Amino acid sequence: MANVTLRNVRKTYPGGFEAIKGIDFEVGDGQFCVLVGPSGCGKSTLLRMVAGLETITGGQIDIGGRVVNEVEPADRDIAMVFQNYALYPHMSVYNNMAYGLRNRGMAEAEIKTRVSEAARILELSTMLERKPRQLSGGQRQRVAMGRAIVRQPKAFLFDEPLSNLDAKLRIAMRVEIRKLQRRLSTTSIYVTHDQLEAMTLADILVVMNAGVVEQIGNPLDIYQKPATTFVASFIGAPPMNLMPLQSDELKSQLPASEAGILGIRPEDFVITNENVAGGVALGLTVEAIEKVGAETFVYGSRQNVAQGVAANPGDLPPGEVIVRVPGAVGPAIGERIRAVAARDKLHLFSADGRKRVEI
Amino acid sequence: MVEHRPLSDFIAYAILTLGILIVAFPVWLAFVASTHDAATVVGGHMPATPGSQALENYYRAVFVGGSRTSREPVANMLINSFVSAIGIALGKIFISILSAYAVVYFRFPFRKTAFWIIFITLMLPVEVRIYPTYKVVADLKMLDTYAGLVLPLIASATGTLLFRQFFMTVPDELLEASRIDGAGPFRFFKDTLLPLSVTTMAALFVIQFIYGWNQYLWPLLITTKDSMQTIVIGIKKMLVSQDELAEWQLAMATAVLAMLPPVAVVIFMQRLFVRGLVQTEK
Repeated sequence: MANVTLRNVRKTYPGGFEAIKGIDFEVGDGQFCVLVGPSGCGKSTLLRMVAGLETITGGQIDIGGRVVNEVEPADRDIAMVFQNYALYPHMSVYNNMAYGLRNRGMAEAEIKTRVSEAARILELSTMLERKPRQLSGGQRQRVAMGRAIVRQPKAFLFDEPLSNLDAKLRIAMRVEIRKLQRRLSTTSIYVTHDQLEAMTLADILVVMNAGVVEQIGNPLDIYQKPATTFVASFIGAPPMNLMPLQSDELKSQLPASEAGILGIRPEDFVITNENVAGGVALGLTVEAIEKVGAETFVYGSRQNVAQGVAANPGDLPPGEVIVRVPGAVGPAIGERIRAVAARDKLHLFSADGRKRVEI
Repeated sequence: MVEHRPLSDFIAYAILTLGILIVAFPVWLAFVASTHDAATVVGGHMPATPGSQALENYYRAVFVGGSRTSREPVANMLINSFVSAIGIALGKIFISILSAYAVVYFRFPFRKTAFWIIFITLMLPVEVRIYPTYKVVADLKMLDTYAGLVLPLIASATGTLLFRQFFMTVPDELLEASRIDGAGPFRFFKDTLLPLSVTTMAALFVIQFIYGWNQYLWPLLITTKDSMQTIVIGIKKMLVSQDELAEWQLAMATAVLAMLPPVAVVIFMQRLFVRGLVQTEK
């Protein structure tokens, strides 16, 4: 049980590349903190610095009231679950879990109690004698969790632990991890690039980009009030529609402000011909439709706005807007529609996207 | 998908059989010769089927030795060969796995240089450096000793390279998990790397055992006492005699005996050997 505190943590590689540019946050006792961001944003590096697998070139990391900058990974009292599980291939499930305890000189009887308890929780009791290669992906994942649990550490560190599993198992394991963490109430830091995992697991969500923290907070707060356009487009799927406030069509519908970018989530649009007081209406021509069953995504190009090419792969091209419609009934391709969003659903950002502007 | 047609099967088997016959015929001939008496073998009309002298020939070869030529019983030569082959194989595994561990897992100054120096020794087999090596061994007073037979042949890069390649396929996370589990460098080596390297060690053992067993030039140079000669040298000596007929039946019995240990090693370690060279499963 412990707090994990990061104070102005930096990582500069010998070549001069600055991977982590000064990060501060605190994970309270028993809290589940998720670091989320695109690949290369430094989230795994940061986690490995907490684990002690990467050196810290600036700032302080503090686990349970003790500065651990110079402490060996084994002595930090943390346990880590790796993306590829990193189980010892030649050891049985039992020995995989017992190894770390034996290295610490724990009595064999105590080891046995702890391993059987972990195996019971994780439903691995019947597999203790098997080798990792005889297990399925989900079972290996559980052994990796078990190896962390038996140590009863101050903190669990998870490095994208679910990304090697298939989609269905990933959801099941996600729920299991959350339940387990609640039950053990061990402070946890979890790294993922999957915003859905991030939203569902986190008590505290840390959104990272290019070595800096974009926003820290409760996941729902971040979803409802993204601090920057990066967070706005990263949290939520499909991403928030971001439109520069150049055209008169948009400007005339909004009160004058310093804002330069308007953001509206696909799920906040309604297709209607009626006007919503204070809201924004867009005229769209339907370009493509994705029917997922429970909902339908309508890709429309804005009338009167020049179409362009997306700045980054994966981004929407300028002039294109996604609208989510509940159910499987949507407009037809080529149809002209009018999408309206209410006033309280609008997000305004400064022109450089670095600041949120309240209406 | 390869089609199975009777004709192509027939051709394939015919070629394989022919290959086996070409390889096996001399071996068979050696075996047959080892079972006849001296007169029959030398007479020029040796039958193609085994004779009746097998027991006597093998008994004489193993325990008595060719009375006129090599003077030393084969049993002793077998022991010498065995000790040096095993010594070379185990010694090589030992220094290769340690040097590969150092080169792959430790960051020390001139790590690359160290690796390249090891690598360059590939270009310097015993035959090339034979004079300086002989001088060193002689100065260390290791002529006519097992150490002299074994040590110079241990030092080469093949094993280091093999283990280095294997270590580089071991995921880094395994090392990191070990560090978090509280295993230091030695524990990681002993508990994780060694057990994972078993098949690679087996492959290297097979290769090096046969390499050591078949050594000719080096033992020929440094062994002068009959009691230290290896079986390969022994066969050679049996065939050279100044004024007597070579005892071909004994030489052939010795040759057959010399073949057996490498064959046994390959047969018993075949499965591990193949896995060690093609291993991908981690």
